[in-house]
This record gives sequence, structure tokens and C-alpha cells, in this order.
Amino acid sequence: MRAPAALRRIGELVRKELLQVRRNPALARVLLVAPMIQLVVFGYAVSTDVRDTSAFVVDRDLSAESRALLDAFTASGHFRIDGRSQRETDAVAALDHGRATVALVVPSGFAADLAAGRGRVQLLVDGTNSNTAGIARGYALRILARYAAGRGKPVLPAVEVRQRAWYNQNLASRNYNVPGVIAMLVLLTSMLVTSLAVVREREIGTLEQLQVSPLRPIELVLGKAIPFALVGLVDLALVTTVAILWFRVPFNGSLTLLAVEALVYLVPSLGLGLLISTISRTQQEAFLSSFLVLLPTLLLSGFMFPVSSMPRAFQWIAQLIPMTHFLVIVRGIFLKGIGLDLLWPRTLALLALGVVLFGAAVLRFRRRS
Amino acid sequence: MRPRRLWAIARKEAIQLRRDSRSLIIAFAMPVLLLVLFGYAITFDVRNVRTAVLDQDLSKQSRAFVDAFRASGYFTVVDALAGPDQVAPALDAGRAQIVLVIPPDFSRRLGTPRPPRVQAVIDGSDANTATLIEGYLQGTVAEVTRRLAAGGPVHSAGDGGAGSNPAAPPLTVDVRVWFNEELDSTNAIVPGLVAVIMMIIAALLTSLTLAREWERGTMEQLASTPVGRLEVVLGKLLPYLAIGLVDTAVSTALGVFLFGVPFRGNPLLLMVLSFFFLVGALGLGMFISATVRSQLLASQVALIATLLPAFLLSGFMFDIAVMPLPLRLLTYLIPARYFLVVTRGIFLKGVGVEVLALQGGLMVLFAAIGLALAARNFKKEIAA
Repeated sequence: MRAPAALRRIGELVRKELLQVRRNPALARVLLVAPMIQLVVFGYAVSTDVRDTSAFVVDRDLSAESRALLDAFTASGHFRIDGRSQRETDAVAALDHGRATVALVVPSGFAADLAAGRGRVQLLVDGTNSNTAGIARGYALRILARYAAGRGKPVLPAVEVRQRAWYNQNLASRNYNVPGVIAMLVLLTSMLVTSLAVVREREIGTLEQLQVSPLRPIELVLGKAIPFALVGLVDLALVTTVAILWFRVPFNGSLTLLAVEALVYLVPSLGLGLLISTISRTQQEAFLSSFLVLLPTLLLSGFMFPVSSMPRAFQWIAQLIPMTHFLVIVRGIFLKGIGLDLLWPRTLALLALGVVLFGAAVLRFRRRS
Repeated sequence: MRPRRLWAIARKEAIQLRRDSRSLIIAFAMPVLLLVLFGYAITFDVRNVRTAVLDQDLSKQSRAFVDAFRASGYFTVVDALAGPDQVAPALDAGRAQIVLVIPPDFSRRLGTPRPPRVQAVIDGSDANTATLIEGYLQGTVAEVTRRLAAGGPVHSAGDGGAGSNPAAPPLTVDVRVWFNEELDSTNAIVPGLVAVIMMIIAALLTSLTLAREWERGTMEQLASTPVGRLEVVLGKLLPYLAIGLVDTAVSTALGVFLFGVPFRGNPLLLMVLSFFFLVGALGLGMFISATVRSQLLASQVALIATLLPAFLLSGFMFDIAVMPLPLRLLTYLIPARYFLVVTRGIFLKGVGVEVLALQGGLMVLFAAIGLALAARNFKKEIAA
């Protein structure tokens, strides 16, 4: 039987890699501490909530009615009044400088017009950030409509809609984005470090020593991948703990399932790293190639922009990115608490991508040796 | 500092770069490729919301109600559910983003003082998308209400004698969106993307340049020449600066001619501010490279310091104003933050120096500090 011998050889290589990581405290710090710090920092950053939008108000009427309108605007909690004045030019300047995102202009004679049933106000919105602008405009219109409804005759809606948001009742965007950051960090650490570690051996010349050893290509690849898989799993455990205990992201699913899925996710991630290492001669090349993988991953995986809104062709490309699938899995486990019965297609996709990428890496290793 | 020595270092670096085809491709092709790909692919807009309908009434009116959603252009009805027990699975599996539950008495109560109660269950996990869906939902329902009030069954008087004619709203809101009138997300994304991409490319290109010399042993050779540390740092920076300026110009042209993003400001001002921004971002990469001697570590640090911060902390995607205070302070260390204001300001708002002076000043400051730190840390290495 050759299997035990192969296992022993892989074991030796794993031991060597782990020793190398341990003897390089700077690297160990980068691998283990950096992801946690990043999660804390980015966990606070990744909020798409639109609240406390800076607003500038121009009140040219200075009546009880205009004050009531502005009070309604302020009390909503959606807007923070960052400046007020009686001249419209000030509102223009505030929007130009970016000091305010919306400006509400109440013209003179507002109170009289309102009493006559033809009140009119102007809402200026800075559209530079279309997402914030769209949502802020919606809030503003809703507040003004409510104010108007309070003053006019009540209009009965033809259809009453009761809406409820599931999985994330408060619509806190952080709950959705923090699991995404986890997926990102695990990929970042596992892929990049793997690719650089292998190329480094090639640069120093120690890869030749490994290749003349009895290790076969598949054993070499596995021996290189396993230590970083371990690092990746430890990272995942650490950042998940931070996400749950620090950010209080609801965790409704099974921890075991998350660990298993993470293991599956590490296969294509490490495979990518190894594949990059076989096509790069220098660490710089490996680093740049990793970048070419990371950027599309960041933008097309659904981490920041929903995949379903992309053009059809890009939706297909997104399916080739491992993180696309893992994001669905990790968000599903965290927020929806769903299990393998619904996640198996994504899991299979990850496995398939993993087998292809890993297989390609092994083949290329064989050819080079 | 002698110009001749500075020039010699710059030439050496340029020759090295010219012979490194992969770095060259990255430097010139990547920004263009990224901008084209992502300019087309990414959008904040939410369209084709996957909608499942549980119609318990199955009347002409309920079908008309669902049709109004179809016709809105925002909702795509993907599924008709047979029973209440199918609501949860449809959302769990992600087949639907919103489920409309129409009660059995929908048509009976339509137009009565007790209007039918439709339930809308939204998948809230993606809060941003969910907020947008909520907005579409309310808009569509308001439209249905308006149409029913106009032509459909007139609803009878409620309490207080309202209704004989649907009251005109006493308040008209005159909304004007400035700078990006259609709220087109391409106009918001492309100028931002220029800033983010240039930040990443700049730091990426320089982060390995000093560490590489150190690892290959050529640092000793460099140290034995009469060049000073500032000359080395500046000399190595010049070729990348030239590349960066070309990249910015090309990306801007692409944004305007390919994506039709309005360019309302002064192109010269954009180039001048890009110059300072690039010096800062390149200096940051240089600083990392001078501080960390191994390429492996330098690349990790450069990544941590630039890639994710450029995307997440610059205000490109996530609004800085809603971040907690410590994080808001941290964003001041990200040069992309300033440049983003500059690109969006010059592209969309067409503002000039009077508005962007602060951002420009901060970028100059950043560049000066970055270069000084890089030069200082570089000296240590020669001494070591």
C-alpha cells in the first residue's frame, strides 16, 4: 500500500510549512491578527443605511407653518440639518461643496398658499451618489406627504399594504455585509499567501529540492495547500466569532454547516492560489496575478453589487467566481438559517470549481517538474 | 539632490519596467479593462425584482392588481404560489425577493371603507435592495390607488366626509436632482471607479519596488552608489507617475466617450490634482516597500492598506457620513477619499479650485508625508 507513505510524505511537508509560518512572526501576525482587525474596521464601514443625511434648509417664509414643516423634516431621524439660511444661494453653495446632500427650500408666502390648498416647496437633491440620493429623496417625499396628509383631508388608500421584512427586520445593512467581509477575508488570506509561498520557494530555489524529493506532484500540492487551509479555517473561526459577538450579526444557522462549507470554499480558493503560483515566476508576478482575480471577485461576486441587477453575460461570469456561491451560502446560514437542503446546488458549484482549479494546478505542477 | 542622479535612477527603473511585460500590461491595460468591465457590469439600480404572488382571491380585480406590478417595470412575477406554506420556502431559497399575499376578500373589500389588506413579505437580508424594493412597492400601490380613484370603482366616503372627490394634495413638492439628473448609477460609479482603480494600481506598482531590490541583493549595489535616499525614492517614483497620469487621462476619456458620463469641470484641474494624488498613493506604496523588506509581506501590507480601504473606506460605495467617528477619522488616511471628491466634483458638479482647494491641499500634504516617510525608512535599510 502506498497510501500511508504518501500520507506521511504530505504530513512532513505540512509540518515544514507550519514551522515556516511559525518562525516568521510578522507573517503569522498578518495571517491571524490582520483579518480580525480588518473585520472590525470594515464591519463598521460596510453600512449602506441612509440616515442622518445632511440637509440644508432655506426658510423664506418664517411662519408657524414653515417651522412645523421643517420640524417634521428634522424629527424623522432621516435628516440632520447642517445649515439653515434665508437665501437660496446658500443652499446652492452647500450642495456644490458637498456639505449637504439635500436642500429644502420653503418659499415666501408658503403659509398663505398652504391655506389655499396650493402650497409648494422645493427639494434639491445632490445626485452624485445615485444610491444615497434615491433613497434620501424617497424619505423626504414620504415625510412631506405625511405632513400634507396631516393638514389636508384624509385620503383613504384603495389598497392597504402591510409590509414585513424577513431575516433582517430592522433592515440593518451591516447584517448582510459583515458575512460578506468574512468571505472576502478568507479568500484574501488563503489565495494570496498560497500563491506567494510557492513562488517564493521557486525564487529561492528550494522548490527544486522539493521536486527531487520522493513527493509526487499531487502530494506536493496537497502538502502546500493543507497548512493554508488550516490557517484559513482558523481565520474563519476568528472572524465569525468577531462578527457574532462584536457586531451581533444574527446567526440563525448551524455552525457545523458553516465550517463544512468553509472547507469546501477553501478548495477553489487554494486551487486558485496554487494555479497562480504555477504561472508566475516571481512573487511580483504572483501578486499582480492575484490582483487580477481579486478585483473581479470584489465587484462581480455580489459582495457590493447585487448579481441579479447585472447584464446577463456578467451574471454568467459571476457563476465562475467561487465567492459568488460562498456569499449565498454564508449569508443564508447567518441570516436565513437555511440548511444543506437549499444550499446543495451552491455547494456543488463550489466543489466543481475547486476540482477544476485544483486539477489544473496539479497538472501544471507535473508539467513543470 | 542632483537632477542628473534622479534622472539616472528614473531611467534605470523605466528600463526595468519596460522589460517586465506583466507589470507593464497591468499598469496600462488593467485600468482600462477594469473601467470598461465594471462600468458595464455594476449598478446600484435594482430592477426585475423577483416577485412571487399568493393570490387567494383569484378574481379579475386581484389579477389587475398583480398586472399593475408587472407593468411598473420594477417587478418580475416569477412564481404563483398555491398556499401560505409556500411563502417561506420561496424566500428561503431566494427564488423570490418579495411575496405578495392577496387576501380572499380582496375584490369584495375593494372600494369599501375597509380596504383590502395585502401583505408584502420582503427578503430583508440585503437591506439596501430591500429598502429600494419597499420604495417601488409603495410607489406601485400609490399608482394603483390613483388609478382606481380615477377610473375604477370609486371608493365611498370614509369618516369625516372625505371622498366625494379625491382631494388634491395640499402640498406640491418640486423635486430637482442636481448633477446627476436621472440618478443614473453609471454617472456615480465611473468617476468613483477612476479614483479607486488609480489608488490600487499606484500603490500596487510601487509596493514591491524597494522590497524586490532588497530581496535580490541589488540594494547593496544601489547603496554603494552616490545617490541619496530622496533621489532613489523620487527617481523610482517618476516612471510610475508618468504611467499613472496617462492612465488617469485614458480612464477619464473612456468615462466620457464610452459611458457618456458628463464632464462639466476643467480637465486641466483634474490632471493637476491627479498629479498630487498619484504622488501620494505612489509614496504610500514606496513607504510600505521601504518599511517591509520581504515582497511577501509588502504585498500583504499593500493589500490591507489599499485594496479594501480604497473600496470600503473611500466613500465609493459606503457613505462616510454614517460611519462611527473613529472610522471617519481613519478615512482621512485614505488618499482615494480626497480624490473621489475631486473626480465626482469635476465630472458631475463642474466645481473648480474654490471648492476643491481643501481636497487638493490635503492630497499635497499626504504626498509630502508619504514621500518623507518613505525616504526616512529607506535610509535605515542602507545603514543596516
